[in-house]
Amino acid sequence: MSGVPLEPVYGPDDGEFPGQHPYTRGPYASMYRTKLWTMRMFAGFGTADDTNLRFKELLRAGGDGLSTAFDMPTLMGLDSDDPRALGEVGRCGVAVDTIADVADLYRDIDLGAITTSMTINAPAAVILAMFVANAEEGGLDRAQLGGTLQNDILKEYQAQKEFVFPPRPSMRLVRDTITFCTAEMPRWHTISISGYHIREAGSTAVQELAFTLANGFAYVELARQAGLSVDAFAPRLSFFFNAHIDFFEEIAKYRAARRIWARWLRERYGAVEARSLQLRFHTQTAGVSLTAQQPEVNIARTAIEAVAAVLGGTQSLHTNSYDEALALPTEHSARIALRTQQVIAHETGIANVADPLGGSWFVEALTDEIEQRAEAVFAHLDELGDGSLLEGVIRGVEEGWFQSEIADASYDFEKRINRGRRITVGVNDFFEGNDASEPALLRITHDDERRQRERVAAVREGRDTSAVTAALAVLRGEAERPDVNLLPPLIDAVRTRATLGEIMAALADVFGRYVEVPRI
Amino acid sequence: MATRVLLAKVGLDGHDRGVKVVARTLRDAGFEVVYLGLFNSPEGVAAAARDEDVNVVGVSMLSGAHLTLAPAVVAALGDLGLDTPVIVGGIVPEADVDDLARAGVAAVLTPGASAEEIAATVARVANHGAR
Repeated sequence: MSGVPLEPVYGPDDGEFPGQHPYTRGPYASMYRTKLWTMRMFAGFGTADDTNLRFKELLRAGGDGLSTAFDMPTLMGLDSDDPRALGEVGRCGVAVDTIADVADLYRDIDLGAITTSMTINAPAAVILAMFVANAEEGGLDRAQLGGTLQNDILKEYQAQKEFVFPPRPSMRLVRDTITFCTAEMPRWHTISISGYHIREAGSTAVQELAFTLANGFAYVELARQAGLSVDAFAPRLSFFFNAHIDFFEEIAKYRAARRIWARWLRERYGAVEARSLQLRFHTQTAGVSLTAQQPEVNIARTAIEAVAAVLGGTQSLHTNSYDEALALPTEHSARIALRTQQVIAHETGIANVADPLGGSWFVEALTDEIEQRAEAVFAHLDELGDGSLLEGVIRGVEEGWFQSEIADASYDFEKRINRGRRITVGVNDFFEGNDASEPALLRITHDDERRQRERVAAVREGRDTSAVTAALAVLRGEAERPDVNLLPPLIDAVRTRATLGEIMAALADVFGRYVEVPRI
Repeated sequence: MATRVLLAKVGLDGHDRGVKVVARTLRDAGFEVVYLGLFNSPEGVAAAARDEDVNVVGVSMLSGAHLTLAPAVVAALGDLGLDTPVIVGGIVPEADVDDLARAGVAAVLTPGASAEEIAATVARVANHGAR
C-alpha cells in the first residue's frame, strides 16, 4: 500500500525456489501471482434440487468450483428408502439414489467448464459411473469432464469410518477407477488422498501428514501392480489436508508434504515427469477446532486457519462456517465463510509474493523436523509390509494400528484441555458470552426425507425391471473375476436406473461387508 | 460396585472421536465402560444394555439424526422392560434438547463438555435410577 516495489519471490541465488524440485516452496514458480487458489465450497443437503440451488448461489457469489457433500445413507451405499436410512436422509449432505438425482444435482451447471469435487469413498466407483452416464446422456463426452473423486478408502478404515466392503476388495475398486480414468478421463482426478478426516478424528499434524502420504504411496503401488507406469497416473493424484489452529506447524506440514512426495515419487517409484512429483492439495479449515460456545468467534479461527493454508501453498480451499459445531451451515454463514477467503485473497496482499515464509529459520526448522518424524512412520509401515507400503498400510488397518494411534493422540489433546494446559476460548477460559442464545440454524425437516423417498419410488416405478436385474447379474459375475475392470458394468447398471443401494448390495454379495472390531 | 456404562454409535454416522474420548474419560474416572462400536441399531443397543447389565446408556450422534434415533433407543429399552437412563452426546442444537427430554432422554452432553461434567452427569443420571 505504501508503493514499495515487490519482487515476485525472495531467496538467495543458490537457494530452492517455488516450482523447483523438491517443491518445498510450492509446486509452481509464480504461485498465486498468476492464479489464486480455487475457492471451492463444500455443500450438500436435502434433495438434489435443494443442493442444486445452493450450488448456483455459491457460483453466483463468486465461488469457482463445486464440491459435493453426500448424506450418510449415500456415503454408506444405502437407498433413501432403506430402513437403516431413517432420520439421516439429506441431513449431512445431499441424498443420491439414482442417476436421476445426479441429473437434478448438476442441472443447468456446465460440467464441461466447472470442475466438480465429490466427497464419496466406499461407493465412489458407483457415483463416478452415475456422473459419467449422466453427462453422456446430456451430450458431453466423458473425456471432457474435469473434477475430483475423493475415492480414498484407506482413511475410511483409519479415521472416518464410512466403509462398506473389506479393505482388499475396496482397493480393487480404487484400482478400477484409476485404470478407467487414466484411459478414458484425462482431466479427472482419480483420488483425493485425504488427511482431513484423520486430523478430524483426533490425530496430530505429524500423524495426519505421515498417514496420508503413506496411503498415497499405497495407491501408487496399487496402480503400478495393475501395470500402469507411475507417470501415467501420478499427475492425477491430489491431496486434501486439514488447516488446524496451530498456525506455524500447519504451514510446515504442507511444505514437508511436498518435499517428501517429490522425493519418494522420484527415488522409490521412479517418476520423472514434474507433474508426478508436484504434490497439489485442497485444504479445509478444521471443523474440530470450532466451538459451540460463542460461535461467532469461529469466524476468527477459520480466518487464521485459512491464512495458514494459503501461506502453505494450497491449490484450493474450503472455509468452514461459524455455526458448524451446532448444525449444517445456513446460506448466511456459508457466505461469510466464502467472504473470509475473498478478504484474504483481495485485501491482504498475501498473493503478491510466492512463498513469503520461505527461509524463516523457525518455519524451515519445523519443516525439517516434521519431515523426519513422518519418515519414522513410513519406516514402521514399510517393515510391517515386508518392504511394501501397500501391504504395510493394509495390515496397519487390519491390526487397528492407525486407529489406536489416532485415539491416543485425540485423548492426549482432550486431557490437555481438561487440565487447562491448553486454552480454547469459551471452552475452558473466557466464558463471558457463553450464555448468549444460539444463532438461527439450518433446519432439515422430515419433509426432505419424505420427498426423497418419493423421488426414488418414482424412479423404481418408471424403469424396466428386467433390464435392472440383468445388469446387476452381469455386475455380480464381473465382480467375481478380480482382473476385470468394474467401471463398464457399473455404467451399464446405472443407465438402467439401478439404485445405489441395489448396486452396492450386488457387490457386497461377492465382496462381503466389513465390520470393525470396537476398540476404545 | 462401579457404575457400568454402555457407549455406542447409533445409525450411520461414523464420527467416533468424541465417543472414544468419552469412553476413556469415564474409564479413567472409575466407571466400567462397554463400547459397542459403530453402526448400531436402537434395538441392538437395548439388547446389549440388557446383556451387559449396565446402569447408563450413552449414545453418540453427530449427523443430525438424534431426534429420530435417540427416542428410538429409549423406546427399544422400554420394549425390553428396561428403564436404563439414556444420555445423548454430540452435536445437538439447543432447540432440540427439550424435545429429547420429552422423549425420555435423561441428559444431553454437547461439544465442549469437560471431563468433570461428563463424569458428573453420568454419575447423577445413574444414581437417579429411573428417568
